Amino acid sequence: MDREKILQSLTALDFMAVDLGLYLNTHPNDKEALEEYNKIITSANIVREKYESEYGPLCSFRSSDNNSDTWSWKNNPWPWEESFNFQLAVKECN
Amino acid sequence: MWIYEKKLEFPVKIKNRDARLAKIMLEQYGGADGELGASIRYLSQRFSMITPEAKATLNDIGTEELAHLEIMGTIFSQLTDGLSVEEIKAAGLDPYYVAHGLGVYPASAAGIPFSAVGLQSKGNPVADLYENMAAEQKAKATYDYLIDLTDDPDVLRPLRFLREREIVHFQRFGECLDILRDYMNEKRMIVMPEINLLNK
Repeated sequence: MDREKILQSLTALDFMAVDLGLYLNTHPNDKEALEEYNKIITSANIVREKYESEYGPLCSFRSSDNNSDTWSWKNNPWPWEESFNFQLAVKECN
Repeated sequence: MWIYEKKLEFPVKIKNRDARLAKIMLEQYGGADGELGASIRYLSQRFSMITPEAKATLNDIGTEELAHLEIMGTIFSQLTDGLSVEEIKAAGLDPYYVAHGLGVYPASAAGIPFSAVGLQSKGNPVADLYENMAAEQKAKATYDYLIDLTDDPDVLRPLRFLREREIVHFQRFGECLDILRDYMNEKRMIVMPEINLLNK
């Protein structure tokens, strides 16, 4: 899987976690949602680890930076740069 | 404490620069109903929330708004990347350019610098939650107008995502208000300790 594909899966999983987390704040006893949330977090952790092992750290002071003998956190591209981001397929956004 | 994650909440990949679009996108970066105001509003108000649901919701939505601020800044940055002086002049972006170049500055589309005058933190959970529901509706309306004025699909995609989030946030704040009302309507019995008046 290339970088953009992994990034796209991680973005999707993290977004599901954000949205379900907000839902759970006001529906804390929804067992089904809670179970789903935990499943998503488990999957996202696996994808995040895969991304970081191949393309460098994602999180400030939470990810280790041991892919090489230099500090790679500062490396380009950054998320606001066009080349960082993945292109969504047309059917996914209309 | 916050942890930065080196990715966007929703991808922004804009192929064509566009000075006119860049100019109007600023409204949701530093305008009265923009993402900066939203974030600061919720993250400030959370200190006076009294129910666990509202504390968590304001904390988490305030945090998500920072990710939205990043998306709007990214849209402006990519739309202005490589603009020529002619393009800047033709779109009327020259008053902005003379003050900020093509840097991202928190101002409204009309050039008014960001101001906390457009938000409140009232120390009253009911007042604050009503304000937040209104804020989400105003932000959604602003995205409606931005979408009306946008024809580039690369820009429309993140705008539509952000508009959807305003709807979800409005819903969550409404639920917080319902929960808060139930909490405030609960009957409470207060038991005073027995006082030994004779000091025996």
